[in-house]
Amino acid sequence: MKKNRRFKGGEIPTSSMADIAFLLLIFFLVTTTIDTDKGLGIILPPPGDMEIEIRKENILNCLINSQGKVLLDEEPTNVEQLHRIVGDKIRANDKLVISVKAHPKTAYSDYVKVIDQLKMADAKRISIANSN
Amino acid sequence: MKFSKKTKISSEIPTASMPDIIFMLLVFFMVTTVLKEYSGLPVNLPKAKRIEKLKSKRHTVQVWVSKEGLISIDDRLMGVDDVSLVMYDKRVSDPQIVVSLKGDEEAEMGLVSDIHENLREVEALKLNYSSKTLVD
Repeated sequence: MKKNRRFKGGEIPTSSMADIAFLLLIFFLVTTTIDTDKGLGIILPPPGDMEIEIRKENILNCLINSQGKVLLDEEPTNVEQLHRIVGDKIRANDKLVISVKAHPKTAYSDYVKVIDQLKMADAKRISIANSN
Repeated sequence: MKFSKKTKISSEIPTASMPDIIFMLLVFFMVTTVLKEYSGLPVNLPKAKRIEKLKSKRHTVQVWVSKEGLISIDDRLMGVDDVSLVMYDKRVSDPQIVVSLKGDEEAEMGLVSDIHENLREVEALKLNYSSKTLVD
């Protein structure tokens, strides 16, 4: 059996398409948050207790106590001065590794301040020692 | 004096291409939207100058550490030792994951150091100390 199909001009109504698209657009506009997280980036060392021998003169010890005071190679240092001193030391010795060790009771903000200062001094080799 | 208008410029805005433009914007916002958002813990982020932006939220895991010593990932509170378990799954599903550590200013370094160790264990090595911009 064959049906006699008469083609009546099949058209999809497109007049409301813009409205639908607008509606979706507004939904995604509202749900989108453009601001991404920002902060100090750092790469942790890979797992395993591997020991790399570094010559003593290439290590700069940076200790932070529980009050947020910084001891740079046995010398008490002001946190705000840190980037200048470390910057000078890096310029003098480009193999310098800065070892940061914080007391377990040190406030996180004091630690971030020190890392920020080291970043300002363009220190690439930062080693973070375990606090505990 | 009276001006006679002779020019007959059609004063219609062409709307034929409007849906295309709207669709283009729509696709942009669909791609940039990340629907999963976590509220986390109330923290006062530390301030720093040399901050860098994280690339995208898609490859970021946020770890909240409050001043009371609570740790929260994906709005679930957990102990320090569970961090490595959760992060292992996340690192396997997305190898280029970046951990955004949202620590409170008054959080203790002992705890943060333990989190470091746990992240190292599962090789989630890209870390970012989330902080606000310091203006001086």
